[in-house]
Amino acid sequence: MSIAEPVPDQVTFPGATQAMSQARIDYLDGLVRQARIAAAVFTQYTQEDVDRIVKPMVVAGLEQAQHLARLAVEETRLGVMEDKAIKNMVATEFVYNYVKDRRTVGVIREFPERGIVEVAEPIGVILSLTPITNPTSTVLFKCIMAIKTRNALIFSPHPMAWRCCSEAVRIMYEAALKHGAPESIFTCLESHDLQDNAYLMHHKHVALIDATGGPGLVKAAYSSGKPALGVGPGNTPVYLEKTADLNMAVVDIITSKTFDNGTICASEQTVVIDDEIYDLALRKFADLGVHICNEKETQLLGRTVIDPKTSSMQPMAVGQKATDIARFIGLSVAPKTKLLIAPIQGVGRDHPLSAEKLFPVLAVYRAKSADEALKVCIDVNHAGGLGHTAVIFSRNDAIIEKFSQVINAGRIIVNSPGSIGAVGGVYNDMVPTFSFGCGTAGGNSTTDNVNIYHYLNLKRVARRTQAHMWFRVPNQIYFNRNAVENLSKLTSHSTVIVTNPAMEQMGHVDVVRRHIPSQTVVHVAVIPDAEPDAKTVMQGVEALALYKADQIIALGGGSVIDAAKIIKLKYESPEADLEELAAPFADIRKRVVEYPTEKINHVRLIAISTTSGTGSEVTPFAVLLDRERRVKVTLVDYSLTPDVAIVDPQFVMSMPKTLTADTGIDCLTHALEAAVSIFSSPYTDSNAMQAIRLAFKYLPIAYEHPDDEEARGMIHNAACIAGIAFSNAAVGVNHALAHAFGARFGVSHGRANGLMLPHVIAYNAAVPTKFMPSPNQRGYVAHRKYSMIADLLGLGGNTVEEKVRNLIGAIEELLDRLAIPRSIATLGISKEEFEGAMPEMAKVAFDDPSWRSNPRMPLVSELGELFWSAYYGRGVLKEAGALQEQTT
Amino acid sequence: MMTTVGVELKIDGERAAECLQDACEEIGNFQGEMVLDFSSVRRIDTKAVRALEELASLAQGKGLTIALRGANVEIYKVLKLMKLAAKFRFLR
Repeated sequence: MSIAEPVPDQVTFPGATQAMSQARIDYLDGLVRQARIAAAVFTQYTQEDVDRIVKPMVVAGLEQAQHLARLAVEETRLGVMEDKAIKNMVATEFVYNYVKDRRTVGVIREFPERGIVEVAEPIGVILSLTPITNPTSTVLFKCIMAIKTRNALIFSPHPMAWRCCSEAVRIMYEAALKHGAPESIFTCLESHDLQDNAYLMHHKHVALIDATGGPGLVKAAYSSGKPALGVGPGNTPVYLEKTADLNMAVVDIITSKTFDNGTICASEQTVVIDDEIYDLALRKFADLGVHICNEKETQLLGRTVIDPKTSSMQPMAVGQKATDIARFIGLSVAPKTKLLIAPIQGVGRDHPLSAEKLFPVLAVYRAKSADEALKVCIDVNHAGGLGHTAVIFSRNDAIIEKFSQVINAGRIIVNSPGSIGAVGGVYNDMVPTFSFGCGTAGGNSTTDNVNIYHYLNLKRVARRTQAHMWFRVPNQIYFNRNAVENLSKLTSHSTVIVTNPAMEQMGHVDVVRRHIPSQTVVHVAVIPDAEPDAKTVMQGVEALALYKADQIIALGGGSVIDAAKIIKLKYESPEADLEELAAPFADIRKRVVEYPTEKINHVRLIAISTTSGTGSEVTPFAVLLDRERRVKVTLVDYSLTPDVAIVDPQFVMSMPKTLTADTGIDCLTHALEAAVSIFSSPYTDSNAMQAIRLAFKYLPIAYEHPDDEEARGMIHNAACIAGIAFSNAAVGVNHALAHAFGARFGVSHGRANGLMLPHVIAYNAAVPTKFMPSPNQRGYVAHRKYSMIADLLGLGGNTVEEKVRNLIGAIEELLDRLAIPRSIATLGISKEEFEGAMPEMAKVAFDDPSWRSNPRMPLVSELGELFWSAYYGRGVLKEAGALQEQTT
Repeated sequence: MMTTVGVELKIDGERAAECLQDACEEIGNFQGEMVLDFSSVRRIDTKAVRALEELASLAQGKGLTIALRGANVEIYKVLKLMKLAAKFRFLR
């Protein structure tokens, strides 16, 4: 509320404490000390203890409701005794009804499905400033809240309501003490000095200021630097819309605006009435004892009850009866007039009655349309009522919703009286209160009806939860020699075989064609034998569109299959923005960018891998080359996974040795990274371990004896099995490094992986500089996983360190057998060139999503060090001082 | 009056404040460390807190130390909130 002099704000700033006497300071310190002890002792109380105290307090308040109301009216000369008695009853009985079964001590709320428990912590000493308009009800309300929440209160009532407030505090305190509350749990300033509030607001042992009152007081509370609940003035607009139940609306508005002579700050201030019902509404008001002012009377009211300089209320009008106000200003009204209604033509300083009026004077405005009505309500809302309360009477849900969207009010009361509606618990199910939060627009910290939860610190006890995991594979995987025959079971009207020139030359395309049902129209789209770029993808999409394809057969290595995945994506969802879809993410389940689910075309993707490494035939990954930026971007989504995978070794029998080595090492890297990934699970481990075992056993044979069908078949299976593992567990730092390095220097993916692999294992097996947050893992386990792999491979060793060392040794030996270069330097890349590329490569590697599942979180500097290790080459074991730092 | 060294006083859980006030009166007769056995005290009231404040002040003035044996965590928290915990030694 906002009232002009002589009802001053209780605080002056700054430096208000300078002139205080030592005796006064000692007195205030004493109050705080007593309250502090009481609050500390109160922390030992149980829920049952506080509930045992609250109930008799409520009964005492109810018993004294009329007595306190009488005192309040006598002292403040504001309001109506009968209404104040009702307010005292609401402040006790209704508030009790809300709080009685609520837990406020210990565990107060549990969310077992989220593993979260809320535990209450009292605030301590609360300085409570109470208003002149609702003095005793506010005290009763706050006392009940404080006991329920185990806090101590120091009351500083408005100077003109001190006697009634201190009596209310006495009644509450005696009831509380009698039933076991700590001594001095409530105290009230014995007299009032304007500087007291300033001193107490800054007292180091006052934990919270709860200020209900004028704007100066609330501002002072917020300016003190203490946590504060400051609830300020209002200016409630009311929209009386043409569909409203008019009889109900008129009675509700009169009930509300005359309640306690309009002293509740949520009461109606300006009623905006639709033109269609305006005259009828005013007649109904008049029929019920309301005086409708003519233009001259309205001007007289505006000049006298509102201060023209400040637009504040004149104190002589606040909380007075309509007939008394009329008499003061020389207005002739009927003896039983309840309310004065003043028609206004606008809002603002030129229309003084559009301001807040805590007395039975109500402005009305005739609106020619709903649009105009809403705009005038917004004007009233912004003329001193932001964040507080607004009222609408309407049966039109769309208008009610619109009103709630455009009006900024913590309480939007529908088809009910504003003042009693805002208090809560009577006309609606809002929390009963005598303190209305007005949100940031009102300079407040909350828009809530202030309640017990604002008197508590809530502690959240959050138990560790395990994220849901998954294991997803393509619907169908056909493997072993002649698995391609299964194509005959897959019907299609139009199939496009996406492949590269080598597949045609080797006759693989013909083999595939032979097994496609004869009724299927088959076309072949030959793409370059390289990692796909945007141009390749769009050419593929055009081919699919041209032939109205319903099936794609990707025949080739990882690049061809990746191309087919992206072609399918763009064919089915042309709006898909590849650059956006490649946006980085930390957790695939929480990624910001979502892959399209709406498709204009539907096409089956069958992947036939002709190399044994990428596992692309079963993975949700696709690598796209960004030629402009010279980087590879990785697209990841399970919608990219092929529908059918065919793992037929006849297509890999003629792989050159170098390709066998490079792709085989890619397969091994997939399996090793999946095994130590933070997303690894027993499901992925079983695949990763088997793939590692198969790769170690059969890769050297397939390399050295390319015609060995068993070895070729097993390595082909290993690549697919590793693909299943890393599809679900993802990869790690090794891939991030290989992507960045491979793209920058044009080195094949598998070879780049091989150059990094021993260094990355040594890195992951050492004590991390930074651990990767991973709720699914208990402790750091990468080194133990590596030692398990060493055991699986029969590499020997007695300790984890020895086993990791033996694993690295075995990998280095394998790389040597496969003639993978020992260092980046041996590729002919000069140190200067490498050094020049380093900052960007490290940056690109850090942006690569691959490492997000690595067990060790890499620093950019560490990525650089790993690049340099790979540059200088193998021999990790000789320089592996880091291994000695392993966790045990 | 004789001076007592290293005496332990049992604090009655039902009348903790009175026992602590008694301790305040007797502290002049002690030297060294006064041990107050809180093992039967479930909760302390405002009077007990004031007595502990006084006891801590007297002990500091006389250069004595006071140890609380078996004080529960709720009581410890009260003393912590009152910035009194640092003035006592806590024994199991």
